[in-house]
Amino acid sequence: MTRTPRDVWREEFEASRLREADFSTMSGVPLAPVYGPADGSGDYPGQYPYTRGPYASMYRSKLWTMRMFAGFGTADDTNWRFKEIIKSGGDGLSTAFDMPTLLGLDSDDPMALGEVGRCGVAIDTLADMEDLYAGIDLAATTTSMTINSPAAAIFAMFIAQAEKAGTPRARLGGTLQNDILKEYQAQKEFVFPPRQSMRLVRDTISFTAAEMPRWHSVSISGYHIREAGSTAAEELAFTLANGFAYVELAMKAGLPIDSFAPRLSFFFNAHIDFFEEIAKYRAARRIWARWLRERYGAQLERSLQLRFHTQTAGVSLTAQQPEVNIVRTAIEALAGVLGGTQSLHTNSMDEAMALPTEKSARIALRTQQVIAYETNVAHVADPLGGSFFVEALTDEMERQAEELFAHLDELGGGSLLEGCIKGIEDNWFQGRIADSAFELERKFNNGQRVVVGVNRFKEGSDERGMELLEITNEDEARQRKRLDAVRHGRDQAAVDAALATLAAEAADPEINLMPALIDAAARYVTLGEMMNTLAGVFGRHVEVPTI
Amino acid sequence: MSERVLIGKVGLDGHDRGVKVVARILRDAGFEVIYTGLFQTPATIAAAAVDEDVDLVGLSMLSGAHLTLAPAVVAEMRARGCNAPVVVGGIIPEHHHQRLKDAGVAAVFTPGAPAEELVRTVRAVLAAEGA
Repeated sequence: MTRTPRDVWREEFEASRLREADFSTMSGVPLAPVYGPADGSGDYPGQYPYTRGPYASMYRSKLWTMRMFAGFGTADDTNWRFKEIIKSGGDGLSTAFDMPTLLGLDSDDPMALGEVGRCGVAIDTLADMEDLYAGIDLAATTTSMTINSPAAAIFAMFIAQAEKAGTPRARLGGTLQNDILKEYQAQKEFVFPPRQSMRLVRDTISFTAAEMPRWHSVSISGYHIREAGSTAAEELAFTLANGFAYVELAMKAGLPIDSFAPRLSFFFNAHIDFFEEIAKYRAARRIWARWLRERYGAQLERSLQLRFHTQTAGVSLTAQQPEVNIVRTAIEALAGVLGGTQSLHTNSMDEAMALPTEKSARIALRTQQVIAYETNVAHVADPLGGSFFVEALTDEMERQAEELFAHLDELGGGSLLEGCIKGIEDNWFQGRIADSAFELERKFNNGQRVVVGVNRFKEGSDERGMELLEITNEDEARQRKRLDAVRHGRDQAAVDAALATLAAEAADPEINLMPALIDAAARYVTLGEMMNTLAGVFGRHVEVPTI
Repeated sequence: MSERVLIGKVGLDGHDRGVKVVARILRDAGFEVIYTGLFQTPATIAAAAVDEDVDLVGLSMLSGAHLTLAPAVVAEMRARGCNAPVVVGGIIPEHHHQRLKDAGVAAVFTPGAPAEELVRTVRAVLAAEGA
């Protein structure tokens, strides 16, 4: 008797560790871990091309990680928040950096005025990194750092800090966002020109592949592309194309595909068009598996399984009647879960006006907990698989994405790496995203798309607003003073020598810059000094302003 | 001759979705629109406003630094003898609107403002200046 796909799935499912829960409906109907055709044919989760999920057991083994993003003020403020998260059972830290840090500027840079510690934590030197993770066992938790242009330098500070505190780099687990391509396309926090930035990404991928087996080197992010105004299919296509570009970059540097591909992860948006989002995640898994196997020759299962983090769409939230945002976020979060996300951040209802208050952030987390523990939606993997509608929409997402890949492949003369860089240099991505954003705005304006409380159902929209978090400028002065003390307390000759080495090595594209950056970090070289030294060799990127 | 509007992003805030949408709305409404691009300072915005001899300056601010940066742009422009009105759009809490107006900002737009209201207010601000 031949084994059906369901038999294969069942074998793998039965070998998985399962969590303790009552997997039946509220009225006592027992539920299977996944459903499919009666004859056992069809696709199952954990099987190539993974449309229905990367793992056979999905949420029966482990619910998604409720990873809430935090960071504010100085390093010791955020350290206090991290310790609270660990105490309350949080299983991962996620670090938000302030705007000057994201752009590689020191807190005393004139351009940093008014921005220090405002949207995240300010990191200038190793001293701040030491405070940020003081008293936290970095071998026992995972750390996610949302940083891109200065990712290599911040990562170097993180490694130097951990090793000084006694944790060897090989034991560090976590994720560096490190997705520079989407910065030029959408988020716009760039420093160096694209090709020079890609050299730093290559260096971090090679370095982690060789020395840090528990580290995710790049979190390939569609979130910002969607927030900047793209359609769902553009988010899908541009994100995966960027992923292919990083794969080609690392292969060009001589790394075997299966040595680094298992450590690439993804980050998608969950917008308000419920079924389209679910179709997008399903298509993403299928496309990634096929391209990695067929085009890039990956063989390890872990290389083919796309795993992703989701954040609900900040841009879908309204300043009018903000409490209604709780409903939007719940619907978006549900799409992420039905789409099989591995981790999830839910936005707070005040996102359209300010950083969240403690109360609004708690409601956002409670939203995930209601979905996880009350609704039973996590009992069955890919519950919409097999729906004529969702399968057709998944195929359509894939078709649109393949069209965009074909364009980029042609633009790059057979290389997605070259296609993505050319697409940035020619403003192709930026233009497509701006066109889609304007088209959507047109539909809001003519009423073709409804936003409750904004262009329809406006009774109550002029009520006085809710209480918002106010951030003062006190942290800015405190951080500047602290940086000044570090500058005066360090061995300046050692700093100068480290920067001279960094400049010399940057000029030779064959050298991996991570060792020189870690050495500079250990000598309390500031982030701004490292970035300015690199800019002296790499130059700076200036975007041609287009409307 | 159509009126000239300078639309700018000041400081480190890279959110440029809204600024591009507003630039297109104003262009479609018949204004001549100049977009500065990202990462401008109050001084570079003021210099561009003088060089381009614009009739109005629009700033897009979504990172929370508006109370520091918008008044600085107004001050830099006035110091250079440029009296064009300044309007601000973005994530601006309601209780900051009056503080911006006290600092010389002529109008504040928040998310969800319809295109026609935007155009109407810009025309009204320009008309008030001309009077």
